[in-house]
Amino acid sequence: MTAAVEVRDLVKRYPKRDVNAVDGLSFTVEPGEIFGLLGPNGAGKSTTIGVLTTRVKATGGEARVAGVDVIRDSVAARKLFAVVPQQTNLDRSLTPRQNLAFHGAYHGLSRTDRFAKAAALLDEFGLADQADVKVDWYSGGMAQRLMIARAMMHEPKVLFLDEPTTGLDPQSRLFMWERVRDLRSRGVTVVLTTHDMDEAAEMADRVGIVDHGKLLALDTPEGLTRSLAGHAVLDLSVTPGDGDDPDKLVAALTDVAGVERGEAVAGGPIRLYLNTDPDTVLAPVIAVLSGRSATLTNVHMGAASLEDVFIDLTGRGLR
Amino acid sequence: MTDLDTRPSAGEVRQPTVDARPSAGKAFRAILWRDIYVTGKEFWVFLAQVALQPLFMLFVFAKVLNAGGYVTDDYAHLLLPGIVALTAFLTALQTVSFPLIMEFSFTREIEDRLLAPLPTYLVAVEKLLLAVIRALASAVIMFPIGALVLGSAPWHTDGIPLLIAGLVLGSWVGAGIGLTLGTMVPPSKISVIFAVILTPLMFTGATQYPWQSLDSMRWFQVVTALNPLTYLSEAVRAAVVPDVPHIAPWICILVLLASGAASTAVGVRGFMRRAIN
Ligand SMILES: Nc1ncnc2c1ncn2[C@@H]1O[C@H](COP(=O)(O)OP(=O)(O)OP(=O)(O)O)[C@@H](O)[C@H]1O
Ligand SMILES: [Mg+2]
Repeated sequence: MTAAVEVRDLVKRYPKRDVNAVDGLSFTVEPGEIFGLLGPNGAGKSTTIGVLTTRVKATGGEARVAGVDVIRDSVAARKLFAVVPQQTNLDRSLTPRQNLAFHGAYHGLSRTDRFAKAAALLDEFGLADQADVKVDWYSGGMAQRLMIARAMMHEPKVLFLDEPTTGLDPQSRLFMWERVRDLRSRGVTVVLTTHDMDEAAEMADRVGIVDHGKLLALDTPEGLTRSLAGHAVLDLSVTPGDGDDPDKLVAALTDVAGVERGEAVAGGPIRLYLNTDPDTVLAPVIAVLSGRSATLTNVHMGAASLEDVFIDLTGRGLR
Repeated sequence: MTDLDTRPSAGEVRQPTVDARPSAGKAFRAILWRDIYVTGKEFWVFLAQVALQPLFMLFVFAKVLNAGGYVTDDYAHLLLPGIVALTAFLTALQTVSFPLIMEFSFTREIEDRLLAPLPTYLVAVEKLLLAVIRALASAVIMFPIGALVLGSAPWHTDGIPLLIAGLVLGSWVGAGIGLTLGTMVPPSKISVIFAVILTPLMFTGATQYPWQSLDSMRWFQVVTALNPLTYLSEAVRAAVVPDVPHIAPWICILVLLASGAASTAVGVRGFMRRAIN
């Protein structure tokens, strides 16, 4: 079976830039999958989507959508995918209904087909009674829904969603998640980008974490969190004793059996990543703390989240 | 991957590349229809945009100055063809340049058309075609309106083929220049187009004066000879008022063809650079 998306050694360097925006990226998305590209700002997510949707010229490597080479055969590829970009690009000279109908026309739908289809999609996306107003009147959430409806007009095999839920309220976000799952059940492959960990964990069958244009990890959300230093974390709110500091404390705590590693978040708790159950580690940890006359004010046991994986892989630096 | 030897048979998945060409034709027509539809929807805006400025020009130069005795009746008949040329040229230029600047930046409206299944350069070609259509429409509107303002309009049936050829080619040149500007100028510099490009183009295009009347102003004659609009004005005058001394029509046609090809080549290249990062 041909992969829905296949990216191999993809490199993109924008003109007049001295670093690669995408730097040797490779991954494959299976048909019917919801695939998440997770990464901090500037990681190269939109650039990757841009190459896959024929809007960005690759500097090197290969990219295929539903078996079609998007670099060499972009016209054929455009029939097989649809994209909802990060920024609104609705046609403001047209009404919402006409936005859908003209999109259908660009893709060769007959007049009756495109109007029937537009009506059905407007209904499905809850826009039926606002279908003939000005697009400018639409709120961000409505515009987002309209863009997904538009994308579905030509029945793509692969749908690219670039940060589909950024700026949406909880209702719209839930609605969006529901729609995306719905699309999958109809056999559409969905590739979405996000920097929202909860969303990636909730939505995606598999998640690729990218930073600086490179793939850092690729697995199911569960697989990724499991890979992070065991199963559990222990957050300790501690005031170090006189002449002691958090970094030295962390060093001492890392020696406790069952602690994989630890880190002191500035101004926050000390976080220990464990490779056993937290309750077996707790007693020795408290012993170390009282041995160094540190005061423990709060303890929190929890499982590592995708956010921990994300921060662990991409660091805390701002871009 | 695009095996042409595996003929699509019943039940077999069709190779998507097989029907790439018909899709491009359909997409092109749909995109053109979108632009014509939008033009129709904003027809009065379009009319005001193309007709108002030339109309005032015609009124002041041919009517008001004539009433004051500063210009002769003949001048009105000489000015009308020039104004028609100017209108067609500017309409074509503005049809492409201003919307393109916006659609590529703030509104990103053009993206949906860039993702239609047709080669990207055809989206630029569609803009040129639309511009020529709108320019011809504006020229057709200008003649009767001009006649109404002036009370009469010059007419010369034998000149119609030259008139049509000149207007089509001249609009194409205007559209090509519009495409070049529209893809080169960032939106923050949109007013600069008016100040430093459109105004000189308008007044060095031999629209308000025949080129050969500049014989005594050699330097200005050279400057106007560099403006493709001059050849459009001369061609239209040659077609409508052949008695006025003019540049030979074949030279006009040749220069317009060359400028059209050159500006299209530069414009399409700029368009591709903007469309595909
Ligand atoms: N048109 C462009 N010209 C030059 N550099 C660009 C262009 N577009 C993006 N970049 C650069 O490429 C890098 C990757 O950008 P990209 O938009 O792909 O990131 P992203 O992962 O989508 O980020 P975000 O989460 O902020 O949307 C960034 O360093 C950005 O500055
Ligand atoms: Mg992005």
